[in-house]
Amino acid sequence: MPADVILRVRGLTKHFGVARDGEAASADILRAVDDVSFSVRRAKTLALVGESGCGKTTAVRCIVRAMPPTSGNVWFRTTAGGVVDLAALNEAGLRPLRAEIQMVFQDPYSSLNPRLSVLDIIAEPLVVSGVRNRTVIRDRVANLLELVGLRPDHMARYPNAFSGGERQRIGIARALALHPRLVIADEAVSALDVSVRAQILNLLLELQDRYHISYLLVSHDLGIVKHISDQVGVMYVGQMVESADCQAIYRRPLHPYTAALLAAVPIPDPRRRRAAYAAPGEAASPRNPPPGCTFHPRCQHAIPRCKLERPQWAELEPGRFVRCHRAHELQLRGIEA
Amino acid sequence: MRRRFVKHRLAVCGGLVVVAFYLAAAFADFLAYSDPGKLDAQRILVPPQRVSLWSAGRFSPHVYRLVRTRNPETLVLDYSADRSVEIPVVLFAHGYPYRLFGLFPTDIHWIGTRGEPTESSLFLLGSDALGRDLFSRLVVGTRTSLTIGLVGVCISLVLGVILGAVSGFYGGIVDLVIQRVIEMLRAIPTLPLWLGLAAAIPPTWSVTSVYFTITLIVSFVGWTELARELRGRIMSLRHEDFVLAAELCGARPRRIMFVHMIPACTSHIIATATLALPTMISSETALSFLGLGLRSPAISLGVLLNGAQNIQAVALYPWLISPALPTAVIVLAFNLMGDGLRDAADPYA
Repeated sequence: MPADVILRVRGLTKHFGVARDGEAASADILRAVDDVSFSVRRAKTLALVGESGCGKTTAVRCIVRAMPPTSGNVWFRTTAGGVVDLAALNEAGLRPLRAEIQMVFQDPYSSLNPRLSVLDIIAEPLVVSGVRNRTVIRDRVANLLELVGLRPDHMARYPNAFSGGERQRIGIARALALHPRLVIADEAVSALDVSVRAQILNLLLELQDRYHISYLLVSHDLGIVKHISDQVGVMYVGQMVESADCQAIYRRPLHPYTAALLAAVPIPDPRRRRAAYAAPGEAASPRNPPPGCTFHPRCQHAIPRCKLERPQWAELEPGRFVRCHRAHELQLRGIEA
Repeated sequence: MRRRFVKHRLAVCGGLVVVAFYLAAAFADFLAYSDPGKLDAQRILVPPQRVSLWSAGRFSPHVYRLVRTRNPETLVLDYSADRSVEIPVVLFAHGYPYRLFGLFPTDIHWIGTRGEPTESSLFLLGSDALGRDLFSRLVVGTRTSLTIGLVGVCISLVLGVILGAVSGFYGGIVDLVIQRVIEMLRAIPTLPLWLGLAAAIPPTWSVTSVYFTITLIVSFVGWTELARELRGRIMSLRHEDFVLAAELCGARPRRIMFVHMIPACTSHIIATATLALPTMISSETALSFLGLGLRSPAISLGVLLNGAQNIQAVALYPWLISPALPTAVIVLAFNLMGDGLRDAADPYA
């Protein structure tokens, strides 16, 4: 594991048993996450992008061990410098590492306990980690609130007194309370108004600069990802189909699915014509994925081989991984960075 | 929640009645003007008495002295009022000594008679087969019945909350075991269970030990419903992001349950408790009525009704059935209040 990599995921897989009437649960398997690999570098941002249902959230929940992965490794570099496999630890082994990986949630309403004051919400990680002194806690919470752009004297209020954007700031303050080194943001801005989104994204960037936090962002919107991520991984039906540096992927996508996602990004220019290409049809079901390349039924460039043979995850150019038989010959349109 | 409850008129009435009953229970000894345990062979089965308010045009509440005669044909005791002797009834009279709230020794009662001892002259609701004043016994019995419910509900509340939360939080094998235990408990028909357990209580035990054993028996069966309901609520809370957030910062299950999950169910727990209280009260009453719960000399509504169990009482001494009225009223009031609370706590249930 290279020294600047903080999180390396290899072959992460999560299968759910789906019980059908009258059949054993093991008879039918839902491959929510299937052989996903990526790395997050220190103080950098990796974005996982894909349609809803493609397994992004399941993947990050396996990484934070909200659920155990079926197989795969999740190597994490701890503050002490050692590397541990989060996927192999039990609950007790995980607890000391909890402080280093924190999460910001999608829904600013369900992620804050409505019965606790802002002080109690942000203080919880501190209390759990053993800080008992009330004044110390109050000072720290006041600091955190200032850091995320809220007024410290609001700490006695309850979440219902805040707007969605403010609540998301509270969520971020809670995530920062224990000085995490990796913050996972699962659709952290998709529930917010467009104007508030930019503020929250800027806040995240500012915090990254200040504290050298690494981010793993999950989003369905390539437009948002473009501004704040260093690397992008595109997922489709549980699999990673392409990953590369942010600039590269926007300029010249290698996978037809990435190109389709890029074509769907709205361009704020009335004179420009939207590219006509988009993937027709619905995303395949992870319960019953099509044979060969999972994307072939929706792909304009599919050839007979795509229906039969499953493409491998391969490094086509340095730092550019793609899962497509025709990646080397296709000339796909991106959007100018 | 409060506003929704206040809108529910019937529930508010029920609540007021409940409050009135508990006030009466708290001041039971003050309201009981005669010693509820005092036997009087001369005053057996006195019918309810009227208190006359006016005497010779002046306001002066009084009762007449009772004269006991035996009907020569039926040999039934008859009581008649001797109109020549007025016994004045006064407020805040001195009577038998007791401790208010178990703390302050006093002998003041809300009413009493002057000149003659209250025990042998004043019978607002008549007296029972041993010459004890029924009204005083009713008040003291109500206190017993209301508190036995309270203690029982507290125990089953704690059991129900903890087992329900654990069952919903951990799921899997823990859930399986707890749910099967609940099913087993619910499958046991309660009446035979009580009969069996009550028969197992040694008759030599003191009144208070029997009291507590009955409470325990009733509450060990009563927790299942709440545990089931809470399990469902906890299971749905399990998927809330704030629970995951707490887990991610390393909070242990106990903290997550008590800080994040159970408080979210408070209103529900309160509503369930108020609905469980009348059940507890009526089960105590039923048990004691059958002679299996509390027994004399303990006084409870069930014990009082136990004395009205025969055809004689119904035919000749109907005032002995009067404890049925407060039992019905309190249970009804509790149910109305509980329904209102539940509707207010959970408008969609």
